[in-house]
Amino acid sequence: MEPIIQTKGLCHIYSAGTPFQQTALDHVDFAAYPGECLGIIGRTGSGKSTLIQHLNGLLKPTAGQVLLEGKDIWSSKAQTRATRFFVGLVFQYPEYQLFEETVYQDIAFGPKNMGLDENEIDRRVRQAAAFVGLEEAVLNVSPFELSGGQKRRVAIAGVIAMEPKVLVLDEPTAGLDPEGVAQILSNIQDYRTANGAAVILVSHSMEEVARMADRLVVIHNGRIPLSGTPKEVFAHGETLISMGLGVPQITRVFTRLRAMGADVDPSVYTIPQAKAALLAALAAGKGEP
Amino acid sequence: MALRDITLGQYFPGDTPIHRLDPRTKILLVVLFITAVLLAKTAAAYLFLLAVLAVVVFLSKVGMKALIRGMRPVLMIVTITGLLNLFYTPGEGEPLVQVWIFRIYMEGIFATIFMVLRIALLISCTFLLTYTTSPILLTDGLEKLLGPLKRLKVPVHELAMMMSIALRFIPNLIEETDKIMSAQKARGADFDTGGLMDKAKALVPLLVPLFISAFRRADELAVAMECRCYHGGEGRTRLRQLRFQPADWLALCLGLLLCIGSWALSIR
Repeated sequence: MEPIIQTKGLCHIYSAGTPFQQTALDHVDFAAYPGECLGIIGRTGSGKSTLIQHLNGLLKPTAGQVLLEGKDIWSSKAQTRATRFFVGLVFQYPEYQLFEETVYQDIAFGPKNMGLDENEIDRRVRQAAAFVGLEEAVLNVSPFELSGGQKRRVAIAGVIAMEPKVLVLDEPTAGLDPEGVAQILSNIQDYRTANGAAVILVSHSMEEVARMADRLVVIHNGRIPLSGTPKEVFAHGETLISMGLGVPQITRVFTRLRAMGADVDPSVYTIPQAKAALLAALAAGKGEP
Repeated sequence: MALRDITLGQYFPGDTPIHRLDPRTKILLVVLFITAVLLAKTAAAYLFLLAVLAVVVFLSKVGMKALIRGMRPVLMIVTITGLLNLFYTPGEGEPLVQVWIFRIYMEGIFATIFMVLRIALLISCTFLLTYTTSPILLTDGLEKLLGPLKRLKVPVHELAMMMSIALRFIPNLIEETDKIMSAQKARGADFDTGGLMDKAKALVPLLVPLFISAFRRADELAVAMECRCYHGGEGRTRLRQLRFQPADWLALCLGLLLCIGSWALSIR
């Protein structure tokens, strides 16, 4: 399958030529495929935020290319602008970008910039609001009167309303309560299945990416040392820990169980898998002391 | 992103003889240098000052590039003053060039060069101060220097505190602006094209969130300060005591000599 978006030899250097010069990305090759959920993990300052800002043309590569369906997004001005709407980017703490008088107007900001007609804008605003679980009544309220979690959902709806084929989210659940986290994650899944969009999820919560992602990319010091399915990536527990990351709690439990002599699969990374593995081990080990 | 490149009032950390000078010394030196620049009237004096500045820039390791970049915002003012000087300085003898009502005299050319040099020198020396002195030290120095004014009921400490907070938050504001701009651009906002009205309108999605976050930040800062029992300058002691070193006295003497030199070189 053709990747929907990919980077080739992507490099980015901040403040080149000053005492603050800093290499954020160092020849990164990365690809996302239609319909998949790709998790990007990396500690603070690893370059993950820089990477995702290249995906919709907010940052220009110092060297290398970003290809959207095989076309260089910097090949023409029109192409760069089209990329903004094709790749929706939700920043960290997106609620700080709200500015309009009503929630409706704020969600409509993106579609309006796309130059859509009134009816289409209205359809998209209502649909996006429904995706993130906002009620109709909320649409006419000022976004500043909402709670933190609701504001976050309004901001995400503002990006979803552009109906991007690639939805990139930078730590969408940071600072939310567990219920809010679960809600936002399931809203994102709904959008992905309904539109067949690729979702790129940046996070440093291993549990979160383990639950959501089909594939994982680990970013460390501006490079990608590890990538693959969660199972493959979490098998490198030691390497992940040396990078200041880790593995999901449940994987640690299972690694320890194995070290203690229990015959269980160590590559378990979600609770349902753990349950199945434990039941299987118990059934198999009935006769043992 | 152009915003990141704003160097106004930015501090370049370092450990050079210039960085190590007492902030009070540096502030006084800037005053002395400005005096010297205003005293300079001849090419020799300007060359002398340029040479001194070059030595200081070299010692501070700030680099010419950063200094010139800092000059960019005032380029417009310099150009306009330069042009006005060029065309409106009357001279004796024949004009060099005459187009319509504009006449350029030899004196005009000199006046222009001097004026541009003067502005460049004034700006560079103040920039050198902020480049080599951290904002905290700078305001500490100012507070100490202005200390005697407290007797005249001038709220020196409060002013210094306000200044240091303002300076402290410039980078945050820039970063915040950058972030919000990116977020709105990701939603298709266009800050660069269109007429003046379009551009002004395009700023709303940027300014509203920026103001809100600035107020929130101010509020949080006030609470944090109260939590640590801040109650103004009365009886407050400092972690870092400013003390003059031999190098500071030497630097101040050199600064005085600089003024005298500039004055002496300007005697025709």
